Amino acid sequence: MSSMQQVNPKVRGIRNIVNLQGLAAQITQQIAKGEQKPFQRVIDVSSGDPHRTGMRPLSFARQVLAACLYPELLKDNSFPSDVRQRAQKLLGVCNGGSVGSYSASSCGIPQIQRSIAEFITRRDGGVASDPEDIIFSSGSQTTLMLVLHLMSSGQGPTQAGVLTPLPCPHTLPMLLDEAAIKLIPYQLLEEQGWALELEELQRALRAAKGHCEPRAIYISNPGNPTGHVQDLKTIEGVIRFAASEQLLLLVEEVYQDSVFGQEQKFLSYKKVLFDMGPKYSDKVEMVSFHSISNGILGECGLRGGYMEVINMDPLVKSFLMSMQAPYSPPVLPQLALEIMVNPPSPGDDSHEVYSQEVLQRAEIISQNARRGCEFLNNIAGMSCQPVMGGVFLYPSLQLPVEFIQQAEVLGMQADVLYCQKLLEQEGVCLGPGSENGHDDKNFHIRLCVLAPPAVLEDVLQRLSSFHLRIQERHH
Amino acid sequence: MSCQIRTQLTDNKQEFHTSPDISLNIRNMKQLEYSVLARRTNQIKDELKKGVKKSYREVIDVSWGDPHRAGVKPLSFVRQVLAACIYPQLMDGDKLMVDVKQRAQMLLRACPGGSVGKSYAYIQYGRVSEYITRRDGGVPSHPENIYISSGSQWALTNILKVLVNSEASPRTGVLTPVPCHSTTILSLMALGAEVVPYYLREEQGWALDVEELQRAWGSAKEVCNPVGLYVINPGNPAGYVQSRKSMQEVIRFAAEKRLFLLADEVYQDCVFGEETEFVSYKRALAEMGSPLSDTVELASFHTTSKGLMGECGLRAGYVELVNLDPAVMKHIYSLFSADSCAPVLGQFALDVMTNPPQPGDPSYPLYMKVDHFLFLIHRKAFTEFINSLPGFSCQPVEGGAFAFPRVFLPPKAIETAKELGMKPDTFYCMRLLEEAGVLSSPGSEYGQQEGTYHIRFCIMTPSEIMEEILRRLSTFHKRFMNEFS
Repeated sequence: MSSMQQVNPKVRGIRNIVNLQGLAAQITQQIAKGEQKPFQRVIDVSSGDPHRTGMRPLSFARQVLAACLYPELLKDNSFPSDVRQRAQKLLGVCNGGSVGSYSASSCGIPQIQRSIAEFITRRDGGVASDPEDIIFSSGSQTTLMLVLHLMSSGQGPTQAGVLTPLPCPHTLPMLLDEAAIKLIPYQLLEEQGWALELEELQRALRAAKGHCEPRAIYISNPGNPTGHVQDLKTIEGVIRFAASEQLLLLVEEVYQDSVFGQEQKFLSYKKVLFDMGPKYSDKVEMVSFHSISNGILGECGLRGGYMEVINMDPLVKSFLMSMQAPYSPPVLPQLALEIMVNPPSPGDDSHEVYSQEVLQRAEIISQNARRGCEFLNNIAGMSCQPVMGGVFLYPSLQLPVEFIQQAEVLGMQADVLYCQKLLEQEGVCLGPGSENGHDDKNFHIRLCVLAPPAVLEDVLQRLSSFHLRIQERHH
Repeated sequence: MSCQIRTQLTDNKQEFHTSPDISLNIRNMKQLEYSVLARRTNQIKDELKKGVKKSYREVIDVSWGDPHRAGVKPLSFVRQVLAACIYPQLMDGDKLMVDVKQRAQMLLRACPGGSVGKSYAYIQYGRVSEYITRRDGGVPSHPENIYISSGSQWALTNILKVLVNSEASPRTGVLTPVPCHSTTILSLMALGAEVVPYYLREEQGWALDVEELQRAWGSAKEVCNPVGLYVINPGNPAGYVQSRKSMQEVIRFAAEKRLFLLADEVYQDCVFGEETEFVSYKRALAEMGSPLSDTVELASFHTTSKGLMGECGLRAGYVELVNLDPAVMKHIYSLFSADSCAPVLGQFALDVMTNPPQPGDPSYPLYMKVDHFLFLIHRKAFTEFINSLPGFSCQPVEGGAFAFPRVFLPPKAIETAKELGMKPDTFYCMRLLEEAGVLSSPGSEYGQQEGTYHIRFCIMTPSEIMEEILRRLSTFHKRFMNEFS
């Protein structure tokens, strides 16, 4: 394989990734070596990773995991009793009583599958969930990849396609490329807080016919990066659409814990589906994804997630499981998942601290979201929709024509150039909207608000002065 | 997707109408024999819990290369460091040794926010490359050529994705040993590659014969385009360790046929033959000098799942790439970036594996006091014992975690198996499970010469468990052979 020609064309087809995080890491190293920069440290708010921004993890989770890793800790009383009990229970479901052992099955530890199923049933007010429908992996992206690979087929007009929202999670376009699946964009309505409009879905589908074979719709709810939380009417509309067009629903709901708008509540697609009665609940095929990386736990580095498959043909499901077979899911994150769905109950020793930490986190996100939105809207040339959930703000930028031209000359997208310069001049790393698939004439940037308020304030100030400089310089 | 896979209810018949929408490659992936045995094991475990009487009180599981499952205790140093990384408050006070704290602090410092919750591939590649350089007696290793992933299989799959063009005609072929562990075969099939088997010579301790490689390659040329050569050293399931001479032959062959060499070396820390020594393919290649050392493309895989650590559940592995075109490396980079990185804790475990406590460190005495060296005795005890049972023949185990003895099944047993719709070796394993409570793995899972049967046992277990296994196996085997004589 010494020549490029021999490299698998699918791999060659993966679009170039924008590597701002790599640049951020480089600059951090330079600062560590003593190089002078106009700022003291890099603040990276480009991804939904709370630890990177300095948020503390939840104590209960970390204590239990530490005890599972090093069970000697259970011998003394330094941990509260409910921590010790939980660790013992979790170690009991691990082979050999160790987190170092492979999971009993490639879909995950059976008892934890059961816990997850019970959690989902509770969350959805009694709609039953079968443990056999729960499949684990190292993060929701990995499980999504399996499903995409399963679906992938054809070339040209027969190539499989997925209706994808614009903007979409920034990792999705690359995954579709790798699976050789066509991205069929449907635009979300910015002026309405990034709502999903059914006519737009229909338009996108019509436009796609003849160019590819649409197979599925991808939904992100609460929206990443938009922060929009869909209402009942929208969800029902999407489900009806999926039913009539016979499309698979891929529903990414990883931010379900992170809803703070006053009027909005998270509604799971599964619950709505079942409430719509057997005409839909028996037919519509759906896969819903969740993970420990986002929401309350925010443990991105631990790499844990699951998908629930609903109404999937058993034969197809068995293919899915055999694809999963070579890859054993890591054990520790499954334990973390278990903690996520079964937090300390009232009366348990750790309950008070846990509730406080969770409350604090929720307050921080919603305050940050409000503050951020207000602040950004006050900057000339920026406009931000209010967010109801998720962890990102996704403001639009008006960039001077000169700046846009400069980017073209450099062969870059203007929002990427913007973020690069921001990083170099102010040490703030944001995500460019083009990563989210957005390539219309409006440029956007993405920033995570799950950060200590002081950090966010710092980011906003630096962003503001940078933006004004850009406007002035290029007038 | 599966909307197109409808159950068509026509009158009283149900037809599963598998659409061409699911890639043929996936439909071709075989079902593992293992699942049948695993299901029954779970049932038996439940029965035992309910108090059903059996001739054994618990099932001993030696079907996987999973030492913890078999009862081996994890290394304290590793676990203490990881626990401290996950819950740094543990470092307050004196519970943990100084070197544990220092290591945890060093690892956490490299995480922005000082927490393992962050998701960027953190590990200091420099430390891994230094480890490799030390291991290879000074042959240089570069951090940019190392990629971390969740376990060696992920890394292998990513490299295969670049090599294998599933749409190509003729199909991409990869030469693979027989026997070979099933996970790689599954990955190859899922990617649409043609698996081209080359048979290892059992009578010669499972040696790799270049003539056999030549034969395999020759027959492959008619049906596919062979681009890769996959070797496992030390072997899985057969516990051989390749000699330098054999490796040089393989390298020359790969160079001559312009094959990409994929070296699965995950058991490199498990080598115990007295005269055997593990030499990495990288080292062997470097020692052969130019032009081979500059041109043969090589990917070598390692992991925290095997060896002393045996931390299969943590999921961390790496691949080191040698002599790849920089343009191709770019694509590999993008593949590894698209995929989520290895769990941070796994990466830390990798750091400990590549930089264990040294003499003089407070944790060193405990670290060295490992049970693992007792395996030296086990493998001999196991092979000698099993060779003493009529109907069994086992090649010496020089490395790896398994023994792969051949069992000569009586014709009556083979008949009975066929009547039950089972492969003969699966039948043996099933009976061994039912009657003796030992879960092993049938040779048909790994491939074997037509008409031969093998069983794979993991021998990385504490001594008491090994004794129990041998006891149960002996009783069972004699009875079985009697029954079907």
